[in-house]
Amino acid sequence: MKGKGGFMNTVRSHIMVCGGTGCVSSGSDKLIDLFKEKLSSVEYDSEVKVIKTGCFGFCGQGPIVKIHPDNVFYVQVTFDDVDEIVEEHIVKGRVVKRLLYEEPFYKRKVQSTSKMDFYKKQYRVALRNCGLINPEEIEEYIAFDGYEALGKVLLEMSPEDVTGLLKDAGLRGRGGGGFPTGLKWEFTAKSPGDEKYIICNADEGDPGAFMDRSILEGDPHSVLEAMIIGGYATGANNGIIYIRAEYPLAIKRLNIAIDQARELGFLGKDIFGSGFDFDIRVKLGAGAFVCGEETALIHSVEGKRGEPTKKPPFPSESGYLNKPTTVNNVETFANVCPIILKGADWYSSIGTETSKGTKVFALAGSVNNVGLVEVPMGTTLREIIYDIGGGIVDGKKFKAVQTGGPSGGVITTDDLDTPIDYESLKNIGSMMGSGGMIIMDETSCMVNIAKFYLEFSQDESCGKCTPCRIGVKRMYEILERITEGEGTLEDLEKLELLANMIKSSSLCGLGQTAPNPVLSTMNYFYDEYREHVEKGYCRAGECKALMKYSIDAEKCIGCTACARVCPVNCITGKAKEVHVIDQSECIACGACFDACKFDAVIKP
Amino acid sequence: MEKVNIVFNDIKMEVEKGTTILEAAKKAGVHIPTLCHLDLEGFGIVNQVASCRVCVVEVEGRPSLVPSCAEKVQEGMVIHSDSIKAMTGRRMAVELLLSNHPKDCLSCAKNLECELQSLAQELGIRDIYWEGEQVNYKKDTSTFSLIKDPNKCVMCRRCETMCNEVQTCNVLSAVNRGFESFVGPAFNMDMADSSCTFCGQCVAVCPTAALTEMDNTTQVWNELVNPKKHVVVQIAPAVRVAIGEMFDIEPGTISTGKIVTALRKMGFDGVFDTNFGADLTIIEEATELIHRINHNGTLPMLTSCCPAWIKFFEHQFPDLLDIPSTCKSPQIMFGTIAKTYYAQKKNLKPENISVVSIMPCLAKKAEAKRPELTKDDHSNVDIVITTREFGRMMKSAGIDFANLPDSEFDKMMGESTGASIIFGTTGGVIEAATRTAYEWLTDEELEDVNFTQLRGLEGIREASVFIGEMELKIGIAHGLGNARKLLEDIQSGKSKFHAIEIMACPGGCIGGGGQPYHHGNMEILKKRQEALYVDDESKKKRKSHENKEIIQLYKEFIGEPYGEKAHELLHTHYVAREKI
Repeated sequence: MKGKGGFMNTVRSHIMVCGGTGCVSSGSDKLIDLFKEKLSSVEYDSEVKVIKTGCFGFCGQGPIVKIHPDNVFYVQVTFDDVDEIVEEHIVKGRVVKRLLYEEPFYKRKVQSTSKMDFYKKQYRVALRNCGLINPEEIEEYIAFDGYEALGKVLLEMSPEDVTGLLKDAGLRGRGGGGFPTGLKWEFTAKSPGDEKYIICNADEGDPGAFMDRSILEGDPHSVLEAMIIGGYATGANNGIIYIRAEYPLAIKRLNIAIDQARELGFLGKDIFGSGFDFDIRVKLGAGAFVCGEETALIHSVEGKRGEPTKKPPFPSESGYLNKPTTVNNVETFANVCPIILKGADWYSSIGTETSKGTKVFALAGSVNNVGLVEVPMGTTLREIIYDIGGGIVDGKKFKAVQTGGPSGGVITTDDLDTPIDYESLKNIGSMMGSGGMIIMDETSCMVNIAKFYLEFSQDESCGKCTPCRIGVKRMYEILERITEGEGTLEDLEKLELLANMIKSSSLCGLGQTAPNPVLSTMNYFYDEYREHVEKGYCRAGECKALMKYSIDAEKCIGCTACARVCPVNCITGKAKEVHVIDQSECIACGACFDACKFDAVIKP
Repeated sequence: MEKVNIVFNDIKMEVEKGTTILEAAKKAGVHIPTLCHLDLEGFGIVNQVASCRVCVVEVEGRPSLVPSCAEKVQEGMVIHSDSIKAMTGRRMAVELLLSNHPKDCLSCAKNLECELQSLAQELGIRDIYWEGEQVNYKKDTSTFSLIKDPNKCVMCRRCETMCNEVQTCNVLSAVNRGFESFVGPAFNMDMADSSCTFCGQCVAVCPTAALTEMDNTTQVWNELVNPKKHVVVQIAPAVRVAIGEMFDIEPGTISTGKIVTALRKMGFDGVFDTNFGADLTIIEEATELIHRINHNGTLPMLTSCCPAWIKFFEHQFPDLLDIPSTCKSPQIMFGTIAKTYYAQKKNLKPENISVVSIMPCLAKKAEAKRPELTKDDHSNVDIVITTREFGRMMKSAGIDFANLPDSEFDKMMGESTGASIIFGTTGGVIEAATRTAYEWLTDEELEDVNFTQLRGLEGIREASVFIGEMELKIGIAHGLGNARKLLEDIQSGKSKFHAIEIMACPGGCIGGGGQPYHHGNMEILKKRQEALYVDDESKKKRKSHENKEIIQLYKEFIGEPYGEKAHELLHTHYVAREKI
């Protein structure tokens, strides 16, 4: 196998630099240039190759540089570190210890990924090649069994075999809905019509979720190959990848991958001499959240306003250009080829009773290890947050985790040991969604969190149906009132009534799930809502309007420092006497708190 | 037809497969309120976006409420339209709409005609439960024809269906997202800058006052009290069969005599008939058609009475400007003759004559303002009001329309034939032209003037008329989407017609954007059409060239039809416009 870089086994070492968006924005492109320069200056450039890989998933620690085959994992590598890595590690064979990852709990340096808590509990199927291969070289994909599944499908399997295998494996849609993929393919296959389409939904819109982007950036061929297989199974000859224009790197790598696949005959006419034709084009979207909804996505691909239409008819009967169409998410596609190669039994042995395989989560928020993790279905939240995520930052107390993004809900300490799958998350009032997982500690206000998601849903509503267009706005307004201390108990009733009706009467999934963050926080943290409206108190101290500073009479010595800095002159008191803050005038700027040297000002 | 069994509000029913839940409810005698839903039965026009959620019902086994207008029944479906969940859902949809709707009902153009208002009444809504921010956009008053008020838009998308699917103008679509959304031209540009034809079909179906006509009634009153002005008025054929609806008179009643009486009471100095202009149009148009046939001119020739249609082809088919007849429309011909011939005979200065038109149409307002339709710096027609505005003027003047006696039009421009009456319906203009062309080409008297093959309500019709040895192939389209098909055939050289009649509005002028609101009841349009044919039948003279006043006009003033003076006065030209 000969790629542009020559034979892969002729070099003794690889310097693998993460080329995911996170690391690229921290300067990994320049790191690559610097490594190449340095290697050539020490005349090691023929022995050591620098490779730009896809995302390693450990985004909070980027830029990541991994030395292969030594399996040494450097984190937060700066331009200044390049010389040392080359001189010490490459030339002298000495690991640069200061650049190794330090476990947050035990404070010890770890050299290889296999020993890192972040990676130990992961099981990488969808992310199998991310961080391992150069996504811009099709040969590297092929070297890791790439396009073997396609060959097997086209030459040895019938379309029914493929859908049957996926059904047996139990693969379900990773975009959030969890619909059985094999069944979805079968519906399209059975719909009458000569012209069918298969669409890859890469509109990833959940705030905080970026697994689809990482897969497309790190392993684009795994998606292309699965789409071709999907085309064969459903009877489609055309594939469309609908991707948001905000993902330029993924788009670039997809286009490179498509060109390379065409060049080698994996796309085009008569693939593998099987008589099956298939081609793929990339369609850019403007990044509307609602375009992740399949009917809205299809309208957007058609050049129309990205608005959902009611189902039925489902896209499998009447989709793109009113032709039978399958829409699958990126991560779903990324699971297909391993299933074809390793079989349904292998796949269905991973996971829980109803949810098979693995799921990628984007770990974010108040957790030590921020990044992408792929775990078997059925892993508990505790394992993800504490074992993989390294626990809560600054040793703070865990409060809740939001899964499913703006369509999901919060999960509390009580459910940390629930094995995660589609059903269990739904049962505790949240949902899988695309796999966003935002960890919150005691300093997060649950009302504010609900407001944050409602603001997002309200902005992203297409405006088509009444409950979502006006109802979600009204919910947001009520939450605004509550966080500003102007809410009433009646507002809480209204909020709940609105939430339930919007859920049951909106046209599409966006509106039907938009109230979830509110319903779930009201369910688990109703006390906090009540505190806001009854006492004007935000226990997390996040709602600025509710913050009230006060002075501890026992600690105040009457130094007048606070009164002197108060910009609205609302602190009164004579020298050497206890001072008092006039609550009606206080603007909660916090200047008194900073000025007091005796800890006498109490922060709310 | 395959049947399915359903249970509707605990009653077992058998309905045809493919029936919507809403239709099934009707069969069960249950009323479910609707808002965005619109089904112009018989015209194949359906708005089924299921966006307002006012018609939701509960279906057992479904987690969400279901829009009854768009959901088809399935075998074994158990439906509840009267459950508390369904009723709460419907009520809340209306309450939410009201929370973002101006409360100026008393002075609103659609007061008592507003479907949202009716819904609030029907559901017994007594307070605005969900208060909050309301959108605040500027009204678009950029056109002469219509006013667009985004603050009253309920996103029902009916106007979009009319503009895009029926008329294929693609001017209206949703603008902005979420709470900020409303329907308007792209980037919310002014309607005047868009490719809008001003057909007014958006106005005809808008459930609220988001789209209304530009009101010119005050200007008319001002002209009437201006002692310097000699104010003449003309009424279009379709007005007389619709105006009664505003006074609880049965649709399809011919009210010509009452209209004339009312207009005299209002103080018009001359009360005339656009039908006079229509007869005049036929003389010119039939002559032009014969001229084109005899001189190898451009064929097919298309009628040019409809100003929305004119603006449509100027934007959409600027390469076909030589296809339509160059004849001015009847209303403009009338205006021209009023300010020349009539002025001369009455010894009046043209600038002291004010011509008011009462039209079923919004595009006529814009047509009157076209720069090329002025002569010596004054407009051929000064003010255009719609049937609805005329009705409102009569109401404000306290005229008891239903009980008015009949009167006759004034002389000189008041006579008309049956041929001109049918201008008000699709197929009428071409039938009128055929009656005249037949006699002129054959020199024989036409015994049966009823060319029934040209009548009907199908969107595109074609017919052959044998005139002596010659087979005259005629095409008819109403609705601009249908017109587009015929024009595309012309562009690709496939068209086989000699003459084509096009009317922008479904049904022709009887379904015009200025007519009393039909609220989706298409039976009204059919009755208006029938009335026009009845009126035609009742006339002794049914061919335009038999109109004595027209003959007099040519003899005294114009000279030859299609001659030099006729060209100067009665013909016009078209302008290529951009498609925006």
